[in-house]
Amino acid sequence: MSADTAGQKSAFQERVQHRAPIILEVRGLHKLFGALSVLRGVDLVVREGEMVFLIGPSGSGKSTLLRCCNRLEEPTSGAVLIEGRDILGPKVDINQVRQRIGMVFQSFNLYPHMTARQNVTLALCKVARKSKVEADVIARRMLDHVGLSERIDYYPSALSGGQQQRVAIARTLALEPRIVLFDEPTSALDPELVNGVLGVMRMLRNEGMTMVVVSHEMRFAREAADRIVFMADGEILERGTPSEIFGAPRHPRLCDFLSSLGTV
Amino acid sequence: MQTFSSNFLNWDIVQNYLPDLLAGMWVTIKLSAIILSCGLIVGTGLALVRMARLKLLNAIIIVFVDVFRALPPLMLLVVAYFGMPYLGLRLTGFPIACIVLAGVLAAFTEELLWAGLSTVSVGQYEAARSTGLTFFQMMGYVVLPQAFRLIQAPLASRIIATTKNTALASVVAVPELLSQANTAQGYSGNATPLTAAALGYLIILLPMVVVARRLERAGATR
Repeated sequence: MSADTAGQKSAFQERVQHRAPIILEVRGLHKLFGALSVLRGVDLVVREGEMVFLIGPSGSGKSTLLRCCNRLEEPTSGAVLIEGRDILGPKVDINQVRQRIGMVFQSFNLYPHMTARQNVTLALCKVARKSKVEADVIARRMLDHVGLSERIDYYPSALSGGQQQRVAIARTLALEPRIVLFDEPTSALDPELVNGVLGVMRMLRNEGMTMVVVSHEMRFAREAADRIVFMADGEILERGTPSEIFGAPRHPRLCDFLSSLGTV
Repeated sequence: MQTFSSNFLNWDIVQNYLPDLLAGMWVTIKLSAIILSCGLIVGTGLALVRMARLKLLNAIIIVFVDVFRALPPLMLLVVAYFGMPYLGLRLTGFPIACIVLAGVLAAFTEELLWAGLSTVSVGQYEAARSTGLTFFQMMGYVVLPQAFRLIQAPLASRIIATTKNTALASVVAVPELLSQANTAQGYSGNATPLTAAALGYLIILLPMVVVARRLERAGATR
C-alpha cells in the first residue's frame, strides 16, 4: 500500500510540474451572514486530478467555502472560476455550471421517493438530456462502479447510510463532473460504514478525479490527499502536503487543532 | 310504514324524475371536476409563488388564504352571486360556484402544501440544485412529490368536503343534484327524489372516502 501511495504521490508531482490545467480557482472570496464574516479573503487553486482536503475547527468556514464553489451560497465578494470561467457573473447559466461541479453531502440527501436507479437518472434525463435508455445504462454503470449494482432498485430507506452515500456519489459522478466537492461525506456514518465510502473516494482519486474534501478523517487525509488546506476563522492559515501539515505544522492554530485531535 | 315507503321510497316517483336527477348528478360531477382541478392547481401555484418569499405577494396570499378559510363557503357564494352584478359583473350560478368553491379549496390546498413544503428537508432542495435541476424541475420531480405525500390524508378529506360542498351551489340556482331533487320534491309532493339524490351522492363520494381511508392508513404506517 505504501509503495502504491508513493507512486501516486510522484504522479501528482508530475502533474504539478507539467502544470496540469486549473479546474477550480477561488480569488479573494468573502462571505458575510448578516454581520458575521464567515469567509475573509480566501484564495485557492485546484488543479486537474488533485485531491485537496479542507480541514479546520468547526465554524472555520470550510463548508461555506465549498458551498460557494457551486453557488449553494452566494459569495459576498470575490471570484470563483471553473476551468477559467467566472461562475458568479450575471449571465452565467448556473444550472449548466452545476452539471460540471458535483457535490456530495454529509446527510446524503438521496430522494426518498425514488429508487437508487431513479436517483441517478433524474438529472441525467432532465439536465444532461440523455434518453431514458442511455440514462439507464449510465446508472447501471455508476452503481456498479460504487459496488451497488444489486441494490439498483432499492429505495434509500432500505439502504444503509454507507450505501446511501455511495448512491449519492454515483448520482454525482453520472453527470461526468470536472470536479467533485465532498462536504463531510462520512460524518453522518456509523464507524463501520466509513471505509466503504472512503474506498470509493480512493478509487476516484486513482482514476484522476479532481476533488475538494471537507473532512475530519485525518488518517484518510494523510494517506490520500495531494494537498491539505487548514482554515480557521474564515481564512486559510496554512497549506501544504500531508507530510508538511501533519509532520511539520507551523501555524500555532494548526498545532492546537492537530493536538486537540490527538493526531500529532 | 306504508306512508314512509310511499313518501321516501316510491319507485314510480323515481322513474318519473330520473332524467332530471341524472342531469343533476351530471352537473354535480362537472362542477366537482372543475372545482377540484382548479382549486388544486391554483393552491399549488400559490404555494410555489409563496416560496419566492416576496413580502408583498406573500402578504396578499396569506390574507386570501385566511379569509377564504375563515368565511363559510355558503356566505361567500351568496355574496358573490348577489353582489357581483353591482360591480358590473353578471355571471350565472355555475361559474360563480366554480370560482368560489375552487377559491376555498385553493386556500386550504395552499396552506396544507405550504406546511408540507416546509417539512421537506433543505438537503433535498440542495441536492436537486447541485445537480443542475431548474427551480421547476426541482419542485416537480423532487420536492412536490414528497410534500404531497406528507399531506395526502388531510388533502383527501378536504377534497371530499369540497365535493360535498357542491350541494351549496343549489342556492345560487345551479341545477345540480340537490337542486333537482328539491324541485322534484316540490312538484311531486313526495320526498323520494331526496332519497334518490342521497344515493347519487353516495355513488360519487363513497369511492373517494374509501381511497382517503387507504391514504390515511398508508400515512400512518410510514
